[in-house]
Amino acid sequence: MADIAFLLLIFFLVTTTMDTDTGIARKLPPILPENLPPPPPIKEKNVFVVLINSNDNLFVEDDYMDVKDLRAEAKRFISNFGRLENYSDNPQKAVISLQNDRGTSYEMFIAVQNELTAAYNELRDEESDKRFGKNFDDLTEKQKKEIQEFYPQKISEAEPVNLGGG
Amino acid sequence: MSKFKKGGAKATPAISTASLPDIVFILLFFFMVTTTMREVTLLVDNRKPYATEIEKLERKSLVSYIYVGAPKAFLRGQFGSEPRLQLNDSYAKLNEIGQWAITEREAINEAERALLTVSIKADKEVKMGLVTDIKQELRKAQMLKINYSTRKGEIFSDR
Repeated sequence: MADIAFLLLIFFLVTTTMDTDTGIARKLPPILPENLPPPPPIKEKNVFVVLINSNDNLFVEDDYMDVKDLRAEAKRFISNFGRLENYSDNPQKAVISLQNDRGTSYEMFIAVQNELTAAYNELRDEESDKRFGKNFDDLTEKQKKEIQEFYPQKISEAEPVNLGGG
Repeated sequence: MSKFKKGGAKATPAISTASLPDIVFILLFFFMVTTTMREVTLLVDNRKPYATEIEKLERKSLVSYIYVGAPKAFLRGQFGSEPRLQLNDSYAKLNEIGQWAITEREAINEAERALLTVSIKADKEVKMGLVTDIKQELRKAQMLKINYSTRKGEIFSDR
C-alpha cells in the first residue's frame, strides 16, 4: 500500500507545476463600423500622451522621461482637478493615450503599462483610505464600484504607428 | 534501589514507522489537489516580463492562451529565430487567430462566453509589432478581454 502511495506521490511531485497565472488585465476596444460619425473631440489637456519609440525611449507629452518618473507624473495628471493648466480637469475626463512603435520591446511596454496601472491603483487606494479608511482591496463590492467610478481607468492603446527611432 | 539508573548502555528505541503511510498519503493528496498539468508543449521561448500591478487569473477553464516568442533553440534550424506565435500545440499564422477564437469560444458554455479571457504570454524580447497584430486580430474576432501575462516582481528586475 505504502509503496503504491509512494509511487503516486513521486509521480505528482514530478508533474506538478505550481505556476499561478498572473498578469495585467486589459480590455480591447471593439472595432467600430467604418461609416460611423467621428467621436466627439476630447480636450487636449485631458489627454495624457505616453509614447514609446522603437529604441524604448519614453516620451510624455512630447518630453523625454524616465520610466521611474512616469508613475508620479501620471498621478499628477489624473488627480489634478483643474488646478494646473495643462493637466486634466477631473479624473473622470482624464484619458491616458499609450502609443507605441512596432519596434518597441514587449518588456518596455509592460513596464509602462505597469506604471500607469500603479498610478491608478495608488490613487484608488488613497481615495478609499480617505472615504472608508481601508485599502481598495478590502472594500465591499459596492464601495469598490464607487471608487472605480471616481477614478475610472481609461488607458487607451492607440493603433500602432511607425514612429521610428530617434 | 535507586529509581534512576546511572550510565549504562542506553539503546535508542527505533522510531515507529507505523504512521509513515499516513504521512505519505497526506502528501499524496496535497500534490494531487495542487497539480495543474501543462496542457501544451511550449515551442517558443517564454521569459515573461516582470510587473507589480498584477491580477490573478481565476477560473482556468475560461482562459485561452496565446504564446509568443522566438522558437526554442532546438527548433531554430527549422523555423529560424524570428518570433512566432503558438496556438495550442503548433505554430500559427496571424490569420489563424480568428478560427482559433471561434473554436475556443465554442468549447465553453454559452452563459460564460462573455467571461472568456485571452492570456497573451509573450517573451520579453518580442517586439510590439507582432503583439499589436495579435491584438488587432483579437479585436476582429471579438475577443476583447485580454491579459498580458507577467511574473511578479519589480519591473526590469532581471536586467
